[in-house]
Amino acid sequence: MREIWALARKDLRIEARSKVVATQIVPFAMVILVLFGLALDADSRTLRDLAPGLFWVATLFASVLAIQRSIAVETISSTFEALRLSGAPAWKLFAGKALAVAIQLLAIETVLGLGIVVLYRSSFQDPVLIVTAAVAATIAIASAGSLYGVLAVGMGVRDTILPMLLLPIMMPVLVAATRAFGDGLGTAALNGWTWAGLLGLLAVVYATAGALAYAVVIEDT
Amino acid sequence: MSTALSRPHVASTSSKLTLVLGVASLLGLAVLLVFSFVLTDPDQRVFERGADLEPLLTGQGDAVRLLYVHFPVAMVTYIAFTLNAIGSIAVLWKKSTWWDNTAAAAAEVGVLFCGLTLATGSIWGRPIWNTWWKWGDVRLMTTTILFLIFIGYLAYRRTMSDSRVRAKRSAVVGLIGAINIPIVYKSVDWWQNRTLHQQSTLRNRSVEDLTLFTMIFGMVVFMAIFAWLMVHRFRIGWLEHQTETVGLEAAIIERRAQTSAAISDAVTDSRSSAETGSD
Repeated sequence: MREIWALARKDLRIEARSKVVATQIVPFAMVILVLFGLALDADSRTLRDLAPGLFWVATLFASVLAIQRSIAVETISSTFEALRLSGAPAWKLFAGKALAVAIQLLAIETVLGLGIVVLYRSSFQDPVLIVTAAVAATIAIASAGSLYGVLAVGMGVRDTILPMLLLPIMMPVLVAATRAFGDGLGTAALNGWTWAGLLGLLAVVYATAGALAYAVVIEDT
Repeated sequence: MSTALSRPHVASTSSKLTLVLGVASLLGLAVLLVFSFVLTDPDQRVFERGADLEPLLTGQGDAVRLLYVHFPVAMVTYIAFTLNAIGSIAVLWKKSTWWDNTAAAAAEVGVLFCGLTLATGSIWGRPIWNTWWKWGDVRLMTTTILFLIFIGYLAYRRTMSDSRVRAKRSAVVGLIGAINIPIVYKSVDWWQNRTLHQQSTLRNRSVEDLTLFTMIFGMVVFMAIFAWLMVHRFRIGWLEHQTETVGLEAAIIERRAQTSAAISDAVTDSRSSAETGSD
């Protein structure tokens, strides 16, 4: 556990100093919210009804950038080899990288949450459900993203491939997270907790797949 | 090795097997067209429904003929993607080039058939469901997402030049795609919990014998086309692999031969000029 946290803290410290997420990715996510508002004619009723879906689409787009950044901090100075030399098992390296991404994504989602309250007039009717669903979805996105992020680097792989690999497999997460938020924001009459449960299952599946596959893919970075 | 390289016409993907398979597939397709359009009747069944619904529901008319293609290509799509998953497991387990090639060929042919499934389904849906596209239909959505996942898989394969790394990493991507199929199916099922797709008509034997025969014959024909395309695509992959490995080695040997010949020429030249000089 200490190794996982040490690795996550390293990435968070790099972010604290470089402020790429804070000054580029968070503003990008807000730009997406504003773009949706303009594209959908700024009808507040429509925006409020669609807020759960728009929130998660914005989060997914921002997550692609956050994952690319998480991988770039290793490739810029070729530190993947150093990570492997640290002697920590591959699954711990995976968990550390994914944890750092998850924490950054939660920060982005917090800002986006405020964004939909201010811009789309959303209201958090069931905050516990919202937070639970957001944490589970974030673990799923960060896990799948950290694995695919590594698959999309090194050995001449083009980094433009990441969205095309990641976004199609994130569609179940999008469906489930949107439904859970629909209940939590009071825009849809359904049982959000069932969807939060599915998100929990997805988080477990992607975290397990990532932990198992990381050893295979990190060899050639 | 250099002999093989100097005779590129030897490197063909066709053989007697593919010729027979190809001719049989095309003939089978022609016969299937005759069965679908001439010998079978349009669907004119009439179903009775509950009192609260419209009491009578008529069959699909001529649109049913499209199902003789749609159903077999959909089945072949799922067979192809299953083959990709089996190939991916074998690559990770045995590090086999043969299986990597099979997985790649299955994905490529599978994407083609998946596209055909979506296209024929959409054309069939227009008269029957009164729409080209239905969000929330569990099988349509699952097939669409599968199509996108495997387009990503094929794009990913093209980004890498090292065949060993490509095999291993593509296997991971293929397997995660495969794991995702039941998840997508279940999540879409929960999402809308409705399907416009008919339930298995074959199982409850409500179709006529000739319709059933045409459907099964369609399966056989499209399986043959699948096998035909697979053999060709596999051989192309194998030749590409040979070019990457054997071709590179041959080029190095050839280059070395040229260099050593040039060196020995230079040595001979310098010796003879030295001898001439001393004379």
